[in-house]
Amino acid sequence: MKILVPIKRVVDFNAKVHVKADGTGVELSNLKMSINPFDEIAVEEAVRLKERGVATDVVCVSIGPAQSEDVIRTGLAMGATRGILVTFDGELEPLAVAKALKAVADDEKPDMIFLGKQAIDYDCDQTGQMLAALLGWPQGTFASKVEVDGSDVVVTREVDGGHQTVRLKLPAIVTADLRLNQPRYASLPNIMKAKRMPIDKKPIESLISDTAPRLEILKMAEPPHRKAGVKVASVAELVSKLRTEAGVL
Amino acid sequence: MAVLVLADHDNASLRESTAKAVTAAVLLGGDVHILVAGLNCAPAADAAAKIDGVAKVLHAESPRYEHMLPEPLAVLISSLGPSYDALLAPSTTTGKNVMPRVAALLDVMQISDMMNVLAPDTFERPIYAGNVIETVRSRDAKKVITVRVTAFQAAGQGGQASVELLDAVDTPEISTFVSEELSRSERPELTSARIVLSGGRALQSRENFTKYIDPVAERLHAAVGASRAAVDAGYAPNDWQVGQTGKIVAPEIYIAVGISGAIQHLAGMKDSKVIVAINKDPDAPIFQVADYGLVADLYTALPELETELARIGI
Ligand SMILES: Cc1cc2nc3c(=O)[nH]c(=O)nc-3n(C[C@H](O)[C@H](O)[C@H](O)COP(=O)(O)OP(=O)(O)OC[C@H]3O[C@@H](n4cnc5c(N)ncnc54)[C@H](O)[C@@H]3O)c2cc1C
Ligand SMILES: Nc1ncnc2c1ncn2[C@@H]1O[C@H](COP(=O)(O)O)[C@@H](O)[C@H]1O
Repeated sequence: MKILVPIKRVVDFNAKVHVKADGTGVELSNLKMSINPFDEIAVEEAVRLKERGVATDVVCVSIGPAQSEDVIRTGLAMGATRGILVTFDGELEPLAVAKALKAVADDEKPDMIFLGKQAIDYDCDQTGQMLAALLGWPQGTFASKVEVDGSDVVVTREVDGGHQTVRLKLPAIVTADLRLNQPRYASLPNIMKAKRMPIDKKPIESLISDTAPRLEILKMAEPPHRKAGVKVASVAELVSKLRTEAGVL
Repeated sequence: MAVLVLADHDNASLRESTAKAVTAAVLLGGDVHILVAGLNCAPAADAAAKIDGVAKVLHAESPRYEHMLPEPLAVLISSLGPSYDALLAPSTTTGKNVMPRVAALLDVMQISDMMNVLAPDTFERPIYAGNVIETVRSRDAKKVITVRVTAFQAAGQGGQASVELLDAVDTPEISTFVSEELSRSERPELTSARIVLSGGRALQSRENFTKYIDPVAERLHAAVGASRAAVDAGYAPNDWQVGQTGKIVAPEIYIAVGISGAIQHLAGMKDSKVIVAINKDPDAPIFQVADYGLVADLYTALPELETELARIGI
């Protein structure tokens, strides 16, 4: 079984982003970039299936600038078998990403595609669902448990009310939620080995022709900052302030 | 212009998020229709017909729609696409699951978590865990939108929309529902509660949530939330998680207990009216957004709070 894992290079979850003074975008030049945390979880799940003998091939694919090679190597160091870098300079929207990933999937013919539930930069939470629609595959989004069962995959999903379990016919899409697993730290030898593994590179134009954004970004701004309030000295003072000053109790 | 809203319901009843999405739909202009797809969901369809501003309810019945599985539902919704200029759903786990699938079938780029309508094609939405708000203009002829429900008031009651039965659309059965485990709680629902009391890693166990958080929540009629760390550690169920990737809440009072205030947590609660933080570390980042901060050990502060509320008759 082959699993494709699309991974995005994003601003590290610990970095604090700021909007450029002219409001045209976010200042990224000095920020640490990392693998999207949910994609790391997706890689981990695929690698575990490989280690259990369920999967044979785990292919990481990233669409983005040349530096996206780094996050593919993060996946390889964790145990993925191959990498594909689709080069594109600039920000590609989920719909276009899904179309490019469909082209990769048509070529690679994976049995499952594990994505992250959302990329923590644009917080879209769309690509996996869109890719499923384009391929006509079933989808198990926000997965907290994945079990392959013959020609099906059984996915437990985190939903607003608790958990839901669905059975999907393979090939299928799964998107990883936070509690699917705890990703491993790659060992130093594996990191070194991953540095030497070949990565297929192809320009986005070889996959899709239309990369034009559908959403025109008119402006970016920081939301109004909440001001720190006051420290209260005791529980009694807290309750009294909530009653009299804030008038909410 | 006509706008379709996908109802959020459990067949027997309609959730409040539907009426909030209707408010957003009304701002887009034109006739607002609601799609209620499910099994034996007539009660939800009838409730939808009573929402102010709704012109028509489309009621689709099929065992395939009972659990709102995205594969059949997206086909149904996209088949209605030609009649609508915009298709909306509340940004619940169902809306987030189904609508991007609809968008791709219609070849539209979705606007996720829309929080403000500036014009029928121009919207605001949060990115980078709510640290940046982007204004986007959609060039797609049709809009597909998920609505951040905390950003809109629920539409009122008193509407008298007609209810029209809709045929199910045949689709291959590539997915089936197996089971669901829904957490039952006496507490108000997290996303609509007036007061939310959340606990973090400092609670140390599920028992401590029951022992320390519950009695105060009880007095305040508060919903109970949690940080990711508390959920990951198994102190609280997953559906209590507040944050960037959990639930977004905006109650009148949000009380964070033993929560440090990571940006991913703030993303889910910083639009609350009044924020209270109880933390023993005076430098915890949560105090930077708290209106009222109490530097204290939660294991003494929470019992004191309960006693104080009881004393004043709350
Ligand atoms: C991709 C991604 C998504 C995420 N999404 C979310 C999300 O949706 N929601 C979320 O909450 N987090 C999320 N996180 C995690 C987030 O970064 C933090 O790790 C998490 O919020 C920390 O939880 P906490 O505040 O409970 O724990 P900690 O950061 O460990 O804080 C515990 C706090 O308790 C205080 N404390 C300890 N003992 C006591 C005591 N006896 N009395 C009073 N105070 C005490 C400490 O001073 C400390 O401030 C996400 C992270 C990533 C990478
Ligand atoms: N440029 C990209 N390259 C590879 N995978 C991506 C890219 N953008 C998004 N994805 C995948 O799609 C998931 C959801 O992203 P999004 O829909 O943007 O929130 C991510 O977690 C990745 O798995």
